[in-house]
Amino acid sequence: MELHINGETRQFPDRDAAFTVAALVAELGLAGKRIAVERNGDIVPRSQHGETALAGGDRIEIVVAVGGG
Amino acid sequence: MEQLTIAGKTYRSRLIVGTGKYKDFAETRQAIDASGAEMVTVAIRRTNIGQDPNQPNLLDALPPSQFTILPNTAGCYTADEAVRTLRLARELLDGHALVKLEVLGDPTTLFPNMPETLKAAEVLVKEGFQVMVYCADDPIQAKMLEEIGCAAVMPLASLIGSGMGILNPWNLRLIIDNAKVPVIVDAGVGTASDAAIAMELGCDGVLMNTAIAHAGNPVLMASAMNKAVQAGREAFLAGRMPRKLYSADPSSPTTGLIGKN
Repeated sequence: MELHINGETRQFPDRDAAFTVAALVAELGLAGKRIAVERNGDIVPRSQHGETALAGGDRIEIVVAVGGG
Repeated sequence: MEQLTIAGKTYRSRLIVGTGKYKDFAETRQAIDASGAEMVTVAIRRTNIGQDPNQPNLLDALPPSQFTILPNTAGCYTADEAVRTLRLARELLDGHALVKLEVLGDPTTLFPNMPETLKAAEVLVKEGFQVMVYCADDPIQAKMLEEIGCAAVMPLASLIGSGMGILNPWNLRLIIDNAKVPVIVDAGVGTASDAAIAMELGCDGVLMNTAIAHAGNPVLMASAMNKAVQAGREAFLAGRMPRKLYSADPSSPTTGLIGKN
């Protein structure tokens, strides 16, 4: 499956079960981190990461808070 | 000292500080502690996919349980980008509604794009955000932002990161005198006297980042800013003496001088 994450295109192996936002976040080592996720322009609330299945071609944004004024 | 109220929450400190441009998170935290600020701004950026996910996080150094985190839209040039960024911020901060809106006009001046700022403010207020808004020092547009429902208006004193100080005190006074929401001077302060001048004008608070982070000794400058904001506020409340342009007025008695008769 091809996903566009933070502007980078990445390939993920096909799997039997649905590839969810929670699974993606875990695969990237970001489980439990202070992040927010957007899928194709819409927020995916943390409570729905486990039930939101990804589809090939999805545009995902994963953001954090950084220093700023 | 009387407190600052923004969107129903009170703060003892009238200094709001940014968290950018510091050497590391330890220096960020030390400077913010010295500043006495209770509200700190942060930016929202893409996480570095593929880098060590265990690298330190700003919000570990500045836990939302100890500080009011004010996510900003720095770097956004359209209303749509700003709104999208703050929706992500609200998700990131567990439903937190208080935000700093800034929609920039061009990368050279970082001057606000006011038509886009007004557009974004309308959308955000409708969506339940409490919007503190970076704006031009234009009393008419500051009023428009207040009427849209912004929680605070934050006119620039001079360009972001310029350290040029308070360049148009007259416009700031017009905004302050007309506003029913807090007026925070955002951007341009260079040193402690600038912060005091802003507060003496009657601003409700000052927001700064570079003046502290790029000082020779950021922690010491943070402490100076803490005092300058308090001193300026007290001077404003006390009311300054009238200026006498063409005559002096001795402070010591004019009678009882020795050797006069």
